[in-house]
Amino acid sequence: MNEILVQILIIVGVLLGTVTIAAGLIYVERKMLAVWQQRSGPNRVGPFGIFQVLADMVKIFFKEDWIPPFVDKKVFIIAPTIIMLSILMSFSIVPFAPGIVIADLNIGLLFFLAMSSLGAYTIVLAGWASNNKYSLLGGMRGAAQMISYEVFMGLSLMGVVIQVGSFNMTDIVNAQKGLWFVVPQFVGFVIFLIAGVAETHRLPFDLPEAESELIAGFHSEYSGMKFGMFFVGEYLGITLVSCMITILFFGGWLGPSFLPPIVWFLIKMFAFILFFVLLRAALARPRYDQLMSFGWKLLLPLALLNVLITGAVVLSNA
Amino acid sequence: MLSNVRTLWMVFLKIFKKKVTIQYPEKKAYLPPRWRGRIILSRDPDHNERCVACYLCAAACPVDCISLQATEDENGRRYPEFFRINFSRCIFCGLCEDACPTYAIQLTPDFEMGEYNRQNLVYEKEDLLIDGMGKYHGYSFYQQAGVAVGVKPKGGGEKEDPPVDVRTLLP
Repeated sequence: MNEILVQILIIVGVLLGTVTIAAGLIYVERKMLAVWQQRSGPNRVGPFGIFQVLADMVKIFFKEDWIPPFVDKKVFIIAPTIIMLSILMSFSIVPFAPGIVIADLNIGLLFFLAMSSLGAYTIVLAGWASNNKYSLLGGMRGAAQMISYEVFMGLSLMGVVIQVGSFNMTDIVNAQKGLWFVVPQFVGFVIFLIAGVAETHRLPFDLPEAESELIAGFHSEYSGMKFGMFFVGEYLGITLVSCMITILFFGGWLGPSFLPPIVWFLIKMFAFILFFVLLRAALARPRYDQLMSFGWKLLLPLALLNVLITGAVVLSNA
Repeated sequence: MLSNVRTLWMVFLKIFKKKVTIQYPEKKAYLPPRWRGRIILSRDPDHNERCVACYLCAAACPVDCISLQATEDENGRRYPEFFRINFSRCIFCGLCEDACPTYAIQLTPDFEMGEYNRQNLVYEKEDLLIDGMGKYHGYSFYQQAGVAVGVKPKGGGEKEDPPVDVRTLLP
């Protein structure tokens, strides 16, 4: 009975925590973008503008939720929920601290990869259901981008898996007690970082929603809370990828003992979230063919090479 | 690839730079004296209207936002009977200021003219006239002009000699 209660508490805690962080990222992103562009950002609502999140939420809840008459209505409504669902599902395998994990699956990493692939559906379906040329172009780009970056996202993690010998997230963290995997798996880390940015279609890889060429791409027909779902889904995606980087390459909750493990985890996670914002502040969007050739011609061979070398080293040590 | 990393680093360093934003309603940006903002009508040193209602400003105005009607007082001095600027049309180009031969119409560094009612953007002469001389001090058109309209006797102006009496032969 008690165990079930604890489990439910963890589930509710993770759900509330991640969604709150995702909502708070609205403020964090706007503020940090402003800082990196020498502006002041939101500073009118409350002290330092921290109630901007509330104001934004209120605004988006009260916006007219319009469904254009030409769309495929059912798919149009379902599409934004998929991204939220698939990413929230992924959070179930994230160990935030020893014991604080919803489902300690022995194939946790595979589950994460599977769920993040499902996120491609949201873009394709939204782009298709919108019945709009730009949305369709965005959806098509999104699908191609996510499928091709999925390939070496998985491959870049195989180095870690080979070293640990397990897909279990807790095992992966525990294996980093001596040395974080960012040192032996630096190539894997860089590739995973780039693939993670592409996977969450954040800038500079935001081609599916490129504002200047596709008018917001797959979500140009969306308004109100449905648009909000895409937005929160994107921020949840950033949080998830930051969590995964922390766990896979930066030792998860491990750290000097003067802070509790969960705090170490959150510190590392937020550092990567800020890095995502910095990427957005600094880099320009590549052309579509550049994105594809960068992925297939550079990152894929690198990831394969990384797997090959890691495997060889592990085998020779065994 | 390396240049991207360099860009990231350089943008990151912007954290330590000073913000360029001026918090507008609390702090105002410096506007140069010749900034082209709200249009005013100035007065000469004797506190009379400088405007002589020559219509040059209205003719120069590319959006036809100035309308006025000339009239004369009992001394024959020209002045506008009404002078109206429709600021909802005005593009603040300053051509009226350029065209004005008497420094009467001038643009000022003020842009805070927001109104809830569009009709309130039509400024009448009372709204346009200011008490001072604006940007050009000490200038009075009728002190330089040849005609006597009660400001000065004929030939009594600045850099002006008294008129020659053509009916006498004395040198």
